[in-house]
Amino acid sequence: MPRIWKFGDGVNTDDILPGKFAPFMAGEAVFQTFAFHYIRPEFAAQMRPGDVLIGGRNWGLGSSREYAPQALKKLQIGGIIAPSFARIHYRNLLNLGIPAFEADLTGVLEDGDEVTLDVDTGVLTRGADTFQLPPPPEFLREALREGSILAFFKRYGRFPGEPVDPGEPMDGEAR
Amino acid sequence: MAEKILSRRGHRAVYAGDLAVVDVDQVMVVDSIAQSFIERMERDLAAVPKYPERVSIVIDHVAPASTVSVAQAQKEARAYAAATGVRLFDVGRGICHQVLMEERLAQPGWIVLGSDSHSTTYGAVAAFGTGMGATDIALAAASGKTWLRVPESVKVTFSGDLQPGVTAKDAALEMIRVLGADGATYQSIEIHAGDRFTRGERMTLANLCVEAGAKAGLVVPGGEILTGYGYDVPDWVYPDPGADYRQEVEIDLTTLRPRMSAPSEVDNVHDVSALRGLKVDQVFIGTCTNGRIEDLHAAAEVLRGRRVDPSTRLLVIPASSQVMEQALEDGTLLTLQRAGAALGTPGCGPCMGRHQGVLAPGEVCVSTSNRNFIGRMGDKDARVYLASPAVAAATAVMGRIALPGDVEAWVGA
Ligand code: SF4
Repeated sequence: MPRIWKFGDGVNTDDILPGKFAPFMAGEAVFQTFAFHYIRPEFAAQMRPGDVLIGGRNWGLGSSREYAPQALKKLQIGGIIAPSFARIHYRNLLNLGIPAFEADLTGVLEDGDEVTLDVDTGVLTRGADTFQLPPPPEFLREALREGSILAFFKRYGRFPGEPVDPGEPMDGEAR
Repeated sequence: MAEKILSRRGHRAVYAGDLAVVDVDQVMVVDSIAQSFIERMERDLAAVPKYPERVSIVIDHVAPASTVSVAQAQKEARAYAAATGVRLFDVGRGICHQVLMEERLAQPGWIVLGSDSHSTTYGAVAAFGTGMGATDIALAAASGKTWLRVPESVKVTFSGDLQPGVTAKDAALEMIRVLGADGATYQSIEIHAGDRFTRGERMTLANLCVEAGAKAGLVVPGGEILTGYGYDVPDWVYPDPGADYRQEVEIDLTTLRPRMSAPSEVDNVHDVSALRGLKVDQVFIGTCTNGRIEDLHAAAEVLRGRRVDPSTRLLVIPASSQVMEQALEDGTLLTLQRAGAALGTPGCGPCMGRHQGVLAPGEVCVSTSNRNFIGRMGDKDARVYLASPAVAAATAVMGRIALPGDVEAWVGA
């Protein structure tokens, strides 16, 4: 069963993957094994695909570097739940298909808790407790079924949730 | 306003918090990320721009090239533009945001994505302008669309009238002080100013919105935007009377005094009079915040018939070739040159510390730009103070932080 890894406020992209272990430094094949290398050295070796990260405020602040979320993607993180995300990092997570939920669970979940996370409905279960996270919009669910926004785009040449026929432009009419 | 533009461009009603897929009217790529952009397009997406006429590459951040590798990257950007038919503005045309506005590539109700964080500038004409990274920009160029989370709005209302010597830059710095550096994170700032402010002044206001963390900074159309440039301002773009705001603030311009942002956060804003007298090594007038013709005029007014103090140096870089031409024609550049200014090629100059006029350790600079972070304009031990062109010019004359009024007093003495 997936487990919880709990972090504090303001985890930055350097905490997620120190610049020193960027793919071109550490190697494309192994850079993900340095995720959280300084703040949770045991993480990469002990985490299992599907594990869920709980963070504090402003998760992912710092640089726009894409290899930090890429490392998490390669490790097959099941999702990240934090009260707020840094804007560029949030975009990167969704583009890569890492489910990101805005909710504050730092007070109720503990490191090592065994949980299940239903990405489609946003329901997180721990034993008898269930937590309803803000469910992802249809746009995102569609993307996640394909893996990511990027994967969706590469396959269909358009964004998820986009009508194939966009209809008439709305210019001139009142919304 | 943000909801309305995103609904319109997404062809369905969306509200704060929704994810929306929207049409993009213009995608702007600056020189520094052109290489990553091309790589994403060709290698990762194997795509060509869907609407080449909606993509512009601007060579402005390091222009002309300062090293061989920069020159090589710019060469590749030119070749890419020639091969794909996207627009390219080359060395000397000017700063991306200024150029797009001049070329009318940002219009009321449009969505404009830029690979530069100050893309909020397009809000001056009520275009939803926002900055994104190379992958997002490439996706937008390949598809003509992007996805956005619809932001909540913060309403900023300006009332009263600016007093002589106080400018839109001071109003913008005051707004950042009131909101704080993260006061509008994820949100869109909506600026209500009636008919006040020219297009250029509105650009200064919208430009600085990103320094409060905002995704966009939309100025409600008024004044010159309705009368001066022949923009087609659609009725639907105006905010609804009963619109919901996350936060509302009001700033009275009548009592506003010249403002200055001290190192090393933009929201560290003080009265210029509180910092007056501090010795300054370099004064820089330019950038997408304050390198326009009205800014050069304000500087020239203070510098006319005076000299830059020998203990300091003044660097002036017009924001674009059009600004430069106008300033040449009306004699502004001659005034500045005679006062002892060093003039640079239209572009970003030393604003982000990579070109023309960076600072040595320990140096102090008064700049009309928008960021004073540690190391932003050169060495990490240099200190940058942000101010209006009038205050910057007065500082250049005095060699110390000064108000325009100090210059008068000094000449009279
Ligand atoms: S002038 Fe400065 S802030 Fe403006 S685009 Fe250039 S580097 Fe960015």
